[in-house]
Amino acid sequence: MRILSLAGRRLAASIPTLFLILIGVFLLLQLAPGDTVDALMAQMGGGDAATARQLREFYGLDLSVPAQLANYLWRLVRLDLGFSSIYGKPVATVILERLPPTILLMTASLSFAFFFGLVFGVTAARGVNRWPDTLISTLGLIFYATPSFWFGLMAIVVFSVYLQWLPPGGFEDIGTVQTGIWRVLDIAAHLVLPTLTLGLIFLAIYLRIMRASMLEVLNLDFVRTARAKGLDETHVITRHVLRNALLPMVTLIGLQAGTMLGGSVVVESVFSLPGLGRLAYESVVQRDLNTLLGIVFVSALLVISVNFVVDLLYARLDPRIAAEG
Amino acid sequence: MDFTRLEINRRMALLTSATIAANVINPMRAFAQETPRKGGVFNVHYGAEQRQLNPSIQASTGVYIIGGKIQENLVDLDANGQPVGVLAESWEATPDGKTVTFKLRKGVTWHDGKPFTSDDVAFTAMNMWKKILNYGSTLQLFLTAVDTPDPQTAIFRYERPMPLSLLLRALPDLGYVSAKHLYESGDIRQNPTNLAPVGTGPFKFVKYERGQYIIADRNPDYWRPNAPYLDRIVWKVITDRAAAAAQMEAGELHYSPFSGLTISDMARLGKDKRFIVSTKGNEGNARTNTIEFNFRRKELSDIRVRRAIAHAINVPFFIENFLGDFAKLGTGPIPSTSTDFYPGPNTPQYPYDKAKAIALLDEAGFKATGGNRFTLKLLPAPWGEDISLWSTFIQQSLGEVGIQVDIVRNDGGGFLKQVYDDHAFDLATGWHQYRNDPAVSTTVWYRSGQPKGAPWTNQWGWEDKTVDGTIDSALTELDPAKRKALYAQFVKEVNTELPVWMPIEQIFVTVITAKARNHSNTPRWGSTSWHDLWLTA
Repeated sequence: MRILSLAGRRLAASIPTLFLILIGVFLLLQLAPGDTVDALMAQMGGGDAATARQLREFYGLDLSVPAQLANYLWRLVRLDLGFSSIYGKPVATVILERLPPTILLMTASLSFAFFFGLVFGVTAARGVNRWPDTLISTLGLIFYATPSFWFGLMAIVVFSVYLQWLPPGGFEDIGTVQTGIWRVLDIAAHLVLPTLTLGLIFLAIYLRIMRASMLEVLNLDFVRTARAKGLDETHVITRHVLRNALLPMVTLIGLQAGTMLGGSVVVESVFSLPGLGRLAYESVVQRDLNTLLGIVFVSALLVISVNFVVDLLYARLDPRIAAEG
Repeated sequence: MDFTRLEINRRMALLTSATIAANVINPMRAFAQETPRKGGVFNVHYGAEQRQLNPSIQASTGVYIIGGKIQENLVDLDANGQPVGVLAESWEATPDGKTVTFKLRKGVTWHDGKPFTSDDVAFTAMNMWKKILNYGSTLQLFLTAVDTPDPQTAIFRYERPMPLSLLLRALPDLGYVSAKHLYESGDIRQNPTNLAPVGTGPFKFVKYERGQYIIADRNPDYWRPNAPYLDRIVWKVITDRAAAAAQMEAGELHYSPFSGLTISDMARLGKDKRFIVSTKGNEGNARTNTIEFNFRRKELSDIRVRRAIAHAINVPFFIENFLGDFAKLGTGPIPSTSTDFYPGPNTPQYPYDKAKAIALLDEAGFKATGGNRFTLKLLPAPWGEDISLWSTFIQQSLGEVGIQVDIVRNDGGGFLKQVYDDHAFDLATGWHQYRNDPAVSTTVWYRSGQPKGAPWTNQWGWEDKTVDGTIDSALTELDPAKRKALYAQFVKEVNTELPVWMPIEQIFVTVITAKARNHSNTPRWGSTSWHDLWLTA
């Protein structure tokens, strides 16, 4: 019951935010010079003025800006995301098609970063200022400083061009139609490089946070008590320190779920994955307002729900939070 | 051009001798490599997805690269750039130029089995080319009707004389036919067939996964005997140029058309024996780099300032150091690849001469105060990295003669809006695309009276009655020799007045696997149907 009321409160608080975001994005895009017809002309390589006028009517751009915004919000209230001008399909369909690759990539790289960040962070904290710590911290710094497009391209050159172990791009093999487990394995093989590329930067952040928070918790009184009780070091770390040190990591995951959606534009382009990031980029360049607002809407929903899960996790990790909430 | 013809002939000779050798002397060896092989999948780099795939309603290479394999045009260009029939077998015009009759090919069927007839041509011409197709609507402005006395005859009737040579050079791009029975009801733009095209071409549309790939398979009922050779074409959507180059190297792509890779990657792959990197097969898609002047700025309305700007920029140096072998010095709006209209280099030119530039600016009365005469806003188009490099080069060159240049970058839609609609620029730079005849998309850059907002037209606030007159007489002149002379006159006039300067000539670069045969054998090969393309084992 408490969970339900928490969920209710969270959702109620997020609806005004959502509307403000949508109106903000709508107005921001009005400030960009040119509309979707200009973008189409750019793509076609020219056209006459009569064609442009017809197209503006076709896309409903002959209305005033407030009228367009009102139309949009009224549609949204009825849960209709509108029609995409670049795809010629309902926005909801376009986004649904792009959602699976995005979510797969996002969860895969977040889990990768979280798991290895945790392991490396703990290892570094246990050997603080000795060689494992120095090695891990240096590697972390390198990952963090490397731009992801470069990392992705180098990964393609090494693993696809020279070693030919993994496919250089795409979501699945087009040449042969696969079903069942083979399709799953095929998609997994295609996602290895993008996951690593996207995950490594986040890995660097996670391991640094984990290391710092481990070091902090290790100096607390209850750890000394645990050691004084005669518990062995592994027990102290896993049962007492880790659980407390995890809190900042969980906070970070909630924050970064949103960043991951935006950050994957680069990775999606380099690996030619049909994800939401690329769709958003294309909608901006093509001035496809409906699609862009639809993506903002869905991303906002994703961030809100991830944060909600994070709140629940908090309560699980640290019972004091639930008791107070 | 001659080179193209020579190579084709050599290949044909090889083919013939291969057949003889195979039959008579040794069936297993001798030239076995050059016998066309059936089968294989051809993977094509598709850099920028379009909103639809039907070339009857959108004239752009991004559509032809796919739709041009599925749908066919009335005529195309042969290896020497001359019109050759595809869906039309022959054509003739009446002496007054107001009627053009096309005899259509018999026994051609649409991919859904229905026969192709003159009704399809009439429907497409009146409803798509005349009303929707970009550049088509200008070309067919005076088309009043298409008569269809029988299924194999289409008679185009024009209100004003239409030069046959102009029509035949425009139709390869602007003459793709769509099936009437699929388009007659409902809004043509929203017709689902636009995203699942049905044509008469050698390849049948199979599947389009947005953001990922498009597949077309061999059409077993294709009208050309023994064609096509390929089993399947797959277009892979790859927006990142560097990633596309890596995919070429990994063997996942066979062909990257229209300068789809970065300049450095194209130069690098050119040294690799597995690939052929060349401008061959793109002669019909020539473009020139521009500097467009806004005459609403009083400095730029002074012809001495425009000429000074041209003299201040060292174009050969720029080409040699930034564009390499893929570009050459341009001489005006009609590029040297246009054998029918190129007037030669003897029109007014503006070679690099810094002292002259400074003298001209001084003479015009724009003295330097603190090293700066005046400041100009330059808007580069975002179409290619050459434009970006070129705009920086303009900025630095003009800085040397005391003109400060501020570069304002936009994306595609923003650029078109600011330059051609809002006129919020002093200098703009982009590409002028030459489409085989100056009347298609070149003279609109100079003719006055262009509606505000029409991209790639005269929006400079410049009007010249003499130039307008030359353009108008060339448009309806029926004698090819006189037309050529009129266009030479036109180039001379606009190179004198210089409302737009076109100092660099470029042809798109093709990167293709060395396994491909019969490729790049016509001036617009990337857009053609690929009915004779094959891959060695």
